[in-house]
Amino acid sequence: MATTQQASGVAIPRVATHRPRVSPLRRDLPGIALAMPFLVLYVLFLIVPILYGALMSLFDTSLVRPGLSSFVGLANYRELFNTPGFWSSLWHTVLFTLLSTPPLVILALALALFASRVARGRWFFRLAYFAPYVLPVSTVVLIWNWMYQPETGLVDTYLGKLGIGPVGWLSDPKVAMVSIVILTVWWTLGFNFILYLAGIQEIPRQLYEAAALDGAGPWAQMRRITIPLLGRTTTLVAVLQVIASLKVFDQIYLLTEGGPDFSTQPAVQFIYESGFTSYRVGYASAASMVLFVVILSVSLIWFGLVRRQEKGV
Amino acid sequence: MRDRPPPTTTGPGLSRRAFLGRAAVLAASGLAAGACSYVGPGFSGTTHSSRTLTYWNLLGGGDGVRMQTMQAAYAKANPTVDLRPVTLTWGNPYYTKLSMATIGGQPPDVAIAHLTRLQALVPGGLLQTIEDADLDRHDMHPDDFVGTAWRQAHFDGKLYAIPIDTHPFVLYYNTDVAKKAGLLGDDGALAPIDDPDALVDALERAKRVTGGWGAAFSSTNDFATVWRLFYTLYSQLGGKVLEAGRVVLDDAKAEQVTTLMRRLTVDSQVAPAAMDYGGAVALFASGKAGFFLQGDWELPTFKDAKLPFDMRPFPTVFGQAATQADSHALVLPRLDRPDPERTDLALGFAKSLLDQSLTWAEGGHIPTWLPAQRSADYRRLKPQSNYVSVAEQVVYDPPAWYSGSGSSLEIEAGGAFGSVMGGRRSPAEGVARFRTGLDRLSSAPSPV
Repeated sequence: MATTQQASGVAIPRVATHRPRVSPLRRDLPGIALAMPFLVLYVLFLIVPILYGALMSLFDTSLVRPGLSSFVGLANYRELFNTPGFWSSLWHTVLFTLLSTPPLVILALALALFASRVARGRWFFRLAYFAPYVLPVSTVVLIWNWMYQPETGLVDTYLGKLGIGPVGWLSDPKVAMVSIVILTVWWTLGFNFILYLAGIQEIPRQLYEAAALDGAGPWAQMRRITIPLLGRTTTLVAVLQVIASLKVFDQIYLLTEGGPDFSTQPAVQFIYESGFTSYRVGYASAASMVLFVVILSVSLIWFGLVRRQEKGV
Repeated sequence: MRDRPPPTTTGPGLSRRAFLGRAAVLAASGLAAGACSYVGPGFSGTTHSSRTLTYWNLLGGGDGVRMQTMQAAYAKANPTVDLRPVTLTWGNPYYTKLSMATIGGQPPDVAIAHLTRLQALVPGGLLQTIEDADLDRHDMHPDDFVGTAWRQAHFDGKLYAIPIDTHPFVLYYNTDVAKKAGLLGDDGALAPIDDPDALVDALERAKRVTGGWGAAFSSTNDFATVWRLFYTLYSQLGGKVLEAGRVVLDDAKAEQVTTLMRRLTVDSQVAPAAMDYGGAVALFASGKAGFFLQGDWELPTFKDAKLPFDMRPFPTVFGQAATQADSHALVLPRLDRPDPERTDLALGFAKSLLDQSLTWAEGGHIPTWLPAQRSADYRRLKPQSNYVSVAEQVVYDPPAWYSGSGSSLEIEAGGAFGSVMGGRRSPAEGVARFRTGLDRLSSAPSPV
């Protein structure tokens, strides 16, 4: 280690700079090579289709005709914006997101707090709350379809014993979306629950001990320590939840097929019906581009919020 | 802190490098072996051997099992042919794959298609025509097929499909319930029902006997059944939905139909206003409903449930005898280069399936192959032969690219008329809603 004499007389150590004997490219080559398989698949199966989809949205491409067919410019988009069905399907997606995100975030937090405070049998509660998440969507829909059955279903039978009249869970347009939200919360709560559990376990125990010494009861500890320190986890959970909800399709398509009478049809199903049932892939691509922009905007807003949050912390 | 990278071997045994190397060799040899199989031709763009016959269908459940029996019989009779059947999910997923496989140049040699879907596949140039000479060579003649199905298999005067069955909308009834309700005639069969009032009366009597429902009908999450009932009744009034691409829906006739549909569920409550497909089948199979309105394919379900039942053509309550139906047919997807040998093999397979029409009929479908339909063996099949008269008077879905089994037109109808049956729209509103949907579909640029 060489030292230099500064004018002020204080010696400032200077670390000997080690000139690399290989160029940065040579050094990075193994890393790039290892990432190549993923990158190739990513570009081929994600980037290229997105670009091709954007291109298709300017043509009246059809599923039963080869090639791109004829150029129509923005006609697909114009037709899309004049189609009430598209706007209502976008609204159904937004409604689903609005209805499902709060329970999925708040309930998951509440259950994680509960599960972390349980002294005995913690494993059982973790299993119970996470187990539905591992079920595939068709199994979940099968179960809930039979539970929501009119006349013979489990839900209506027990509600009937309580004196609550038969509810058209899957046949009443006003109720159908709520039925789907209940199914979704039961099914996907586990994932957020696990994220919160992990976040809770990261909080140092000393904070609780110090708070207890200061006379804070368990409720105050939760309010003042746990929940604020879970802020980052909450942001993560909320962002993931919102973006996933905006892409909802599976459970709605299987449970109600977008019905009754299109009252639950989400945007993705509108795209599916236009593209595959009606063969109009160009038009469907236009709709998916619009949905892509919507989801991207939501993500960017959240990204900005998170950045601000990080700066504030 | 170590200044040497850790060794790649941990003593004797497989090093990481050696393992990756051997795995790569295995994968490469696997790919090479695959080149000789089905996957290989897909990647290399060549066609498979000319003694291989690829066959796609969308038949699951009981139909699927029966089709496999028929395939096995063909394979046994043709040991030199390598039959490769593939079953895909019914509906959109099937037609999407069929059309994309054809466009991509790797179609199956022969495939099942609904006759009502031809109007989307043919204008797109996805199917081969079937020439008279080819038919003759395989001993198939136009006179050997049910007339309505044969005509439906034509487009612009050319033949594109070989129909193997017609599956109409029928009336199932529990014979015990019907007897107790006094609905059977002297011959032990259901007495004729000639007008809407008689229909409602019969269902009310059945409801009194079962204590549950008169008829089981699915309208929740089931647009197809709602459409079938509407179209059957509407055609009985002589109504048409589309003609030469224009919407010619007769509001008055349609409203007459929706009024009757609503009468069944809301006014007289002889059928449930909210019931899904599985629930309706369960209602009839358990005897809680005296009648069941659906296509003929549930026959095996009720036979297995050992239910005493019979099937009849849907009653002509509105004047003209008509029933909604569709047909399964065999089509030959277009090849980039015409291959007479493959076409011949496909047609031979089609003839084999037609010869086994009786096996197929056990699933409830009416054979369109007249030699089988007119045979004594088929006449002995009960209750299949009880509704065979319907075959010539069926109406297929209106002619349009957006029409056919599982199409947008059926979805629109199911939504509009389902809400009428659910009591959420008046009959007139339901018709208006259907008309709006039809207008939007007919004005959209055609993708075919």
